Amino acid sequence: MPKRKNIKKILIIGAGPIIISQGCEFDYSGTQACKALKEEGYYVVLINSNPATIMTDPDMADRTYIEPITPETVAKIIERERPCAILPTLGGQTGLNTAIKLSEKGILEKYGVELIGATIPSIKKAEDRDLFRKAMEKIGLRIPRSGIATSMDECRKIVSELGFPVIIRPSFTLGGTGGGIAYNQEDFDVIAKSGLDASLNTQIMIEESVIGWKEFELEVMRDNNDNVVIICSIENIDPMGIHTGDSITVAPAQTLTDKEYQKMRNAAIAIIREIGVDTGGSNVQFAINPDNGEMVVVEMNPRVSRSSALASKATGYPIAKIAAKLAVGYTLDEIPNDITGQTMAAFEPAIDYCVVKIPRWVFEKFPETKDYLTTTMKSVGEAMSIGRTFKEALQKGLRSLEIGRYGMGGDGKDFISPSLSEIIERLANPNSLRIFYIRHAILHGMSLSEIHALTRIDPWFIEQIDQIVKIELEIRREGENLSEELLKKAKSNGFSDIQIASLTGSVEQNIKKRRMELGIFPVYKLVDTCSAEFAASTPYYYSTYETENEARVSERKKVLILGGGPNRIGQGIEFDYCCVHASFALREEGIESIMVNSNPETVSTDYDTSDRLFFEPLSTEDVLHIVETEKPFGVIVQFGGQTPLNLSSSLFNAGVTILGTQPESIDKAEDRKLFQAMLHKLGLVQPENATATSVAEALLVAEKIGYPVVVRPSYVLGGRAMKIVYNPNDLENFTLLAIAASSGHPVLIDKFLEDAIEVDVDAISDGKNTVIGGIMEHIEEAGIHSGDSACVLPPYSLKPAMIEEIKTATKAMAEELGVVGLMNVQYAVKKDRLFVLEVNPRASRTIPFVSKATGVPLAKLATRVMLGKTLEELGFTKETVPPHISVKEAVMPFNRFPDVDTLLGPEMKSTGEVMGIDYELGAAYAKAQLGAGQNLPLDGTVFMSLKDKDKQGALGVARQLNDLGFRLMTTSGTGAFFQSNGIPNKTINKVSAGRPDIVDAIMNGEVQLIINTGFGNRTKQDGYQLRRAAIKYNIPYTTTLAGAIAMSKGIASMRQKLLSVKSLQEYRSYHE
Amino acid sequence: MIKDDFIMIKAILALEDGRTFDCNSFTGRGEASGEAVFNTSMTGYQEVLTDPSYRGQVVTMTYPLIGNYGVNPEDVESDRIQVAAFVVREYEDFHSNFRSRGSLADYLMKQNVMGIDGLDTRALTLHLRNSGAMRVFVSTENTDPLSCVNKARQIPSMIGQDLATVVSTGCPYRWIKGEIIPIENHADAFTQRVWKHRGSKHSVVAYDFGIKYNILRCIEQAGCEVVVVPASTPAGFIRTMSPDGIFLSNGPGDPEPVGYAVETIRQLLGYRPIFGICLGIQLLGLAVGAKTYKLKFGHRGSNQPVKNLKTGRIEITSQNHGFAVDMKTLNPEDIEVTHLSLNDNTLEGFRHRSLPVFAVQYHPEASPGPNDAQYLFDDFTRLMTAR
Ligand SMILES: Nc1ncnc2c1ncn2[C@@H]1O[C@H](COP(=O)(O)OP(=O)(O)O)[C@@H](O)[C@H]1O
Ligand SMILES: Nc1ncnc2c1ncn2[C@@H]1O[C@H](COP(=O)(O)OP(=O)(O)O)[C@@H](O)[C@H]1O
Ligand SMILES: [Mg+2]
Ligand SMILES: [Mg+2]
Repeated sequence: MPKRKNIKKILIIGAGPIIISQGCEFDYSGTQACKALKEEGYYVVLINSNPATIMTDPDMADRTYIEPITPETVAKIIERERPCAILPTLGGQTGLNTAIKLSEKGILEKYGVELIGATIPSIKKAEDRDLFRKAMEKIGLRIPRSGIATSMDECRKIVSELGFPVIIRPSFTLGGTGGGIAYNQEDFDVIAKSGLDASLNTQIMIEESVIGWKEFELEVMRDNNDNVVIICSIENIDPMGIHTGDSITVAPAQTLTDKEYQKMRNAAIAIIREIGVDTGGSNVQFAINPDNGEMVVVEMNPRVSRSSALASKATGYPIAKIAAKLAVGYTLDEIPNDITGQTMAAFEPAIDYCVVKIPRWVFEKFPETKDYLTTTMKSVGEAMSIGRTFKEALQKGLRSLEIGRYGMGGDGKDFISPSLSEIIERLANPNSLRIFYIRHAILHGMSLSEIHALTRIDPWFIEQIDQIVKIELEIRREGENLSEELLKKAKSNGFSDIQIASLTGSVEQNIKKRRMELGIFPVYKLVDTCSAEFAASTPYYYSTYETENEARVSERKKVLILGGGPNRIGQGIEFDYCCVHASFALREEGIESIMVNSNPETVSTDYDTSDRLFFEPLSTEDVLHIVETEKPFGVIVQFGGQTPLNLSSSLFNAGVTILGTQPESIDKAEDRKLFQAMLHKLGLVQPENATATSVAEALLVAEKIGYPVVVRPSYVLGGRAMKIVYNPNDLENFTLLAIAASSGHPVLIDKFLEDAIEVDVDAISDGKNTVIGGIMEHIEEAGIHSGDSACVLPPYSLKPAMIEEIKTATKAMAEELGVVGLMNVQYAVKKDRLFVLEVNPRASRTIPFVSKATGVPLAKLATRVMLGKTLEELGFTKETVPPHISVKEAVMPFNRFPDVDTLLGPEMKSTGEVMGIDYELGAAYAKAQLGAGQNLPLDGTVFMSLKDKDKQGALGVARQLNDLGFRLMTTSGTGAFFQSNGIPNKTINKVSAGRPDIVDAIMNGEVQLIINTGFGNRTKQDGYQLRRAAIKYNIPYTTTLAGAIAMSKGIASMRQKLLSVKSLQEYRSYHE
Repeated sequence: MIKDDFIMIKAILALEDGRTFDCNSFTGRGEASGEAVFNTSMTGYQEVLTDPSYRGQVVTMTYPLIGNYGVNPEDVESDRIQVAAFVVREYEDFHSNFRSRGSLADYLMKQNVMGIDGLDTRALTLHLRNSGAMRVFVSTENTDPLSCVNKARQIPSMIGQDLATVVSTGCPYRWIKGEIIPIENHADAFTQRVWKHRGSKHSVVAYDFGIKYNILRCIEQAGCEVVVVPASTPAGFIRTMSPDGIFLSNGPGDPEPVGYAVETIRQLLGYRPIFGICLGIQLLGLAVGAKTYKLKFGHRGSNQPVKNLKTGRIEITSQNHGFAVDMKTLNPEDIEVTHLSLNDNTLEGFRHRSLPVFAVQYHPEASPGPNDAQYLFDDFTRLMTAR
C-alpha cells in the first residue's frame, strides 16, 4: 500500500533529556523519523525538551516545540496544531508513556488524533507485565513463572510461592528502574517497595529467576500488510541478570544453531503479531537455558530502542527511518534499501563481520555506589566495534571505550597481578571491569570451566578471550624479535600497536614503522546489509587486517571529523551535535565530509550524515590509518569534546593538518603555567592558585592561598576528581586521589570563590575577529559544576558593565590564544570582580543550547571559519541577543544510584539537559524544571531547611511562597529564624530527632516541594536521607538557595498565567 | 573438548580465471575441486554441508566465524556431507551448544571433505559476485599457483552435468518418523501394496533428485505417507503405485541434462497433483516447454525475499540454486507465475492453470532458514484432498 493521503500533519514525541537507559539513540531515531516524514511531504510537528538534539534543529521539522514533555504541554500543542496523528514509538519510553496518558485523559479522542505506529492496547499489552504474560501464554510461549503485585502484602505472598532469588520488574519503566534481584526477604522488601513506587501504575512483577541463562535480543519489523522481518539478532555475552544495556553484546548471535535461531525467530514473529504492533520496529528479549535449550521470553518493547539503534548501525538497516515510513502506510516491499540502492527493505540483513557493543560506565563519579551490575541499567554510553573476527572486534571495542585501555590486555594498563581471591570475587559479582578479570583468571591458570561457572558467560566467548591471551603470551615470548607472521596474526586479532609495543618493550611509533616496512596495513570493508551479495552504494566502512581494500577514495577535497566516542558524563550528545553540524557545513561547502566515531547511539554514525563514515576507535593508530587512506586536507578535532582534543598533538606530530585552533594553543589553554602567563599578560585574574605534585606541596600552597580551596587534576573533563576542601585534613586525603587521577600531570589548587556567580561564555573567532555566541548566567553559584547548574541566556542579574568586561576579556583571550573556531570560557563574578575559571579552546557542552536560544548555528559557522572564511564573509559580526529568555536545566541520574547524595558540587554528575523558553524568567525556569521532571506545585506545603549562611537570603523566598498561600514546614533552626522575621511556619523533626520526622512527612505525601541547602556536616546523614526520599517519591527539590529563588519565581509565574507553548520557528521569526 | 594449538596446513585456493588465495586447511592435507559458490546464511552450516544440492560445489560461507556450535546428529539434510570443500574466514574449533556432539573439523575429516580457512572470504565473494560462479581448485600439496589455476580449468563445468542421477537413491525407501526404512519386499515397491496408510494418510511419491531430509519431514508432518523413488523411475511405475500426489525434489546442478526426468514428468502431468521444489521447478518448467538458464552467481542464503503474487505478502526464504526457469519462456495460457524474487525479479514459483501442478524455486522446508513458506506443504495436501 502506498503512503496514506488522509493524514497530513504528524506530531512526533521526542524522548526528552538524556538519562541512563534513554540516551541519544532516540535523537538518532527521532531525526531519522523527522527526515523520513518530511521527505514524504508530511507536515511534521515535534516536541522535545532536549536542546542538544539534532531532531530539534529548526529545519528538521516544520514546527519544533522545545517544551516539557508532559501530557499537559502536549495537549496544548495538540490544541494549537491539530495534528492528524501522533507517532509515539520513536521517543523511547517517554513517547509511549506520554501517549498512554494522553489517551487516558481523553485528549486524543477530544481532538480526534490518531496514534500511528502502535495502538494503546498494543502498548499496554507489551508494557503491562500481566497482560504480556497472558498474551505469551495465549501463543504458547513460556515466560518465567511470576506473579503480579500492587501491594507489599501481595508481594510477600508471591515470593513465598516462588522462593528466592526472585527478579522484581516494575511495569511501564525502562532501564529496569525500580527493579532488581532479591536473594533474601530483606533486600526483597526494599526493592519491591521502590519498584511499586517507580511503576506508572504501582504494579510490579515478581518473577522466577533465570539468572545465568543466555540472553538474546531480536529486532523485528512489521508492516501493515503483516510482513515481518528480523533485522538483527544480538547475543548478550553477559547472561541473564545483567541488564542488556549493561551487557557486552555481540551481533549476530554466535552460539545458536539454525534450528534454535529459527525457533526464536518464529517466536518473535508470533509475539509482534499477538501484541499487535501493526507497523514499525520492536525489540524482543529471550533467555535460553544453556543446558537444554529451553527458551523463555523476557520482554518485548513495542518501539525502537537502544538495541534497534545498535542493530541499525550493526547491519546498515535504518530501522527508525523505515519504521516511520511504515507508520504512514508503506509496506516493506515498497521501500528501497538505501544501502544497495537496488533491493528493497523487505529482507533480512546478512552480515559478514562481527559486531561487539561494550557499555561505558561512570562508577568513578559515584564513589558511594558499588561497581556492581544487576537488572537495573547503570551505563551512560556505549562503544561499538566491527571486525572480521570476534577477537578483533572485542579488542577494537575495548580501545574504543576510552577508559585508558588499548585492548584486552598487555597494554601496560593491566591491574597489578590481582590475587586469586580478588579475581574470583570480580568474576562472580558482575562489574564494569569483569571482562579484564577474565584475562587475569586465565593468566592465573584458572580453567575455562571454572571461569564459566563463576561468570555463566558462554564458554565460547571465554575461549575466544583465551585465544587472545595466548597470542599476547606468544608476543611477549618473541619480544623484540617479534616475527612478521606473529605481527600479522596479532593485528588481525585486534591487537593495537600500543599493546604490541608494551609487550615487546618497544614504542607505538616503532611498531607502526615496522608494519609500514612490512606492508602490514588495515584494509577497509563495507557495511552493506547483504554480505557482498549486491553492490553497496553507501560508503560505511570498518577496518580489518585482510587482503582486499574496498575504500573508494575520491579525488575531492575532504575533511575528517573526529567524533566524541562513547557517551559519558561530561561528554555526551552535545558534542555529537557539533560534529554532525560540522559535517552538514562541509557538505554545504561542497567539501567531502568524513566522520570517524565509535558510538552507535549517535546521529553522527548514521550512514547518511556524512559523505563517508568510518566506524572506528578514536585512537591515534586507527585515526592515522584513515588519514593515510583518505588523505584529507585537514582534520577537525575541536567538536568531539576532550577525546579528539587529546589526539590533536599526536596527530599533529604525525604531520596531520589540524584545522582551526592549533595544538599549541590548546596546550596554552590547558597547561596552567602557560595559561597563567597569558592571563597575566592580558591583565585578567583567576582565583589565586598554584600547582602541586605532592601532598606536602599541596598543604603548603593551600596554607598560603587560604581555605576553602578547589583541588583538581589537570587534563580532565567534567570536573573529574575535583573537590572543594575546607581544611588541611581533607586536603591531604583528597590530594592523594587527585594525583592518581591526573596520571602524572600536576594537581591544581585554586582559591574557592564562595557565593560567586558563574558565567559560561561561548565565542567564535576567525583568528582576527571574535564574536560572542552567547553569555549564560548560572542559577547555581560557582562551585556547582557548569554542567550541573541551570543557566540563563541572556544574563538576568549581571550589570551591563560586567557584561562588557566579560566580552572584552573573552575576545582578548581568543585573540591571544589564536583561536580559530569555537571557544568556551567559564567565569566567576564575585563582588563585581571578574575571575577566569577556565578556557576550553573547543566546542563546549552549551553550543547546542546557545544555538537554539539565539538561532545562530555556531558549529556550522565555526566549521566554515576553520576552512578559512572570515566572520565578516560569513556575515556574523555581532552577537545575537534574543528578546526571549532561555533556561537550561541539568538532569541528574541519582535515581539509578540509590546510595549517592544528591548535593551538587564541582564534579559533574548530570547525564542530560532540558531547555525552557519564554519571555519571562520565571516561566522559562518553570518550563525547564517541568522538562527535567520537577513537577513544581501550585499549592501545598514547602519544606525549607537551610544552612545558616543561606537563612538571611532565603527570607524573600519564604515570604513569596507564604504570600502565594503555601504552608511552610521547617526544621527548628530555620523555623525559629523565620518566626523571628514574622513568617509563619510549622517545624518538624529532622531524621535523627525522633518521629514523625520529615521523611515520614514526605512518605505521607505531606510535602510538595523541598528546599534544602544542607544542614552542615554535623547532621549530613539527615540531609542525605531527606534528599534521597525526595528522589524516591519524585518530589521537586533544590539544594541551593539560588535554585530556591528561581523556583519560587517559577511557581509565581505559573500561578499568574498558564504556561503557553510556542515553537522555535515562531521564536525565530524575530530575526528573519 | 578444546583442542590446543590446532594444526593448520598452508593451502592454495585457485579460481579458473587465475585469481588465487593463500589459505589454510583445518582438515589436514588434501585436494578438492568444484564450482565455487557463496552462501550468506549466518547459521546452519551443517545443513548446508549435507544438502545434496551442493554436490560438486566448493561452498564459501560469507559469515566469517564457522564452527561455533559444533555439529550434531539431528541437523543433517542427507546421509553425508555433499559439498566438495568448505571455505570459511575463521574456523572455530571450540564449539559450544547443548546439542553439539563434536567439532566441525572432525566431522569434515571423518568424511574426508576439505575445510579451508584463513583467507579473505569477502574478497572471494565479491569476486564471484562480479565474475560469476566459476571452477575452483584447492590444494595443500600443490604450492604453485599457476598449476593450481590450470587444474581448476580442467574441472568439468556444471553446465551439462547430470548430477541428480549421481546423488539420487539407488532403490525406493519409506520415510517414517525421520527414518529411512528400506522397503521389505521389493516386489511391492512399485505397486499399491507399498502404501500402509491408504485412506488415513495421503500417499506421496517423492522423486529423489537429491532430496533434503527436511522436505520429507515436512511432507510427513503435513499428514502424508512418503515413499522416495530414484530419479530414473519411469512414469509407468508411478502409475502402478497410484499415489495421491507426486513430489519433485531439489537437487544439484543443471536441469537440462536430466532429460529422462523431464520426459517422465511430462507423462505424469495431470495424472496426479504435482509439487516441485528447486530443481523440481526447473524440471517441471522444462516439462511444460519452458527453458532454464544459469544465473550469474545464483541465490544462496536464508534471507531471500520472495513476493507471493496471490497474497501480496513477502516471504523471507531459504534459497540455493544456480539455475532458474526463464520466465519469458513460460506459456501464460497454461502457466501462472505465483512467486517472484524481490531482489532480482527472477521466477520463484508457478502453478498450472488447468492441472493440479505447482512448484517453487526456493526452499519452504527451510533448514537452514526461515519457516515463512511452510504453508506450501498444506497447499499440496489440499490439492490431493481436492481430487
Ligand atoms: N526472570 C529473570 N531472571 C533473571 N534475569 C532477568 C529476569 N528477567 C529479567 N532479567 C534481567 O533483567 C534485565 C532487565 O529486564 P527487562 O525486562 O528487559 O527490563 P527493561 O524494560 O529495563 O529492559 C534483562 O535484560 C535481564 O538480564
Ligand atoms: N576557584 C573556584 N571557585 C569557585 N568555583 C570553582 C572554582 N574553580 C572551579 N569551580 C567550579 O567547578 C566547576 C568545574 O570546574 P572547571 O574548571 O569548569 O572544570 P571542568 O573542566 O570539569 O569544566 C566550575 O564549573 C565551577 O562551578
Ligand atoms: Mg529490556
Ligand atoms: Mg567547566
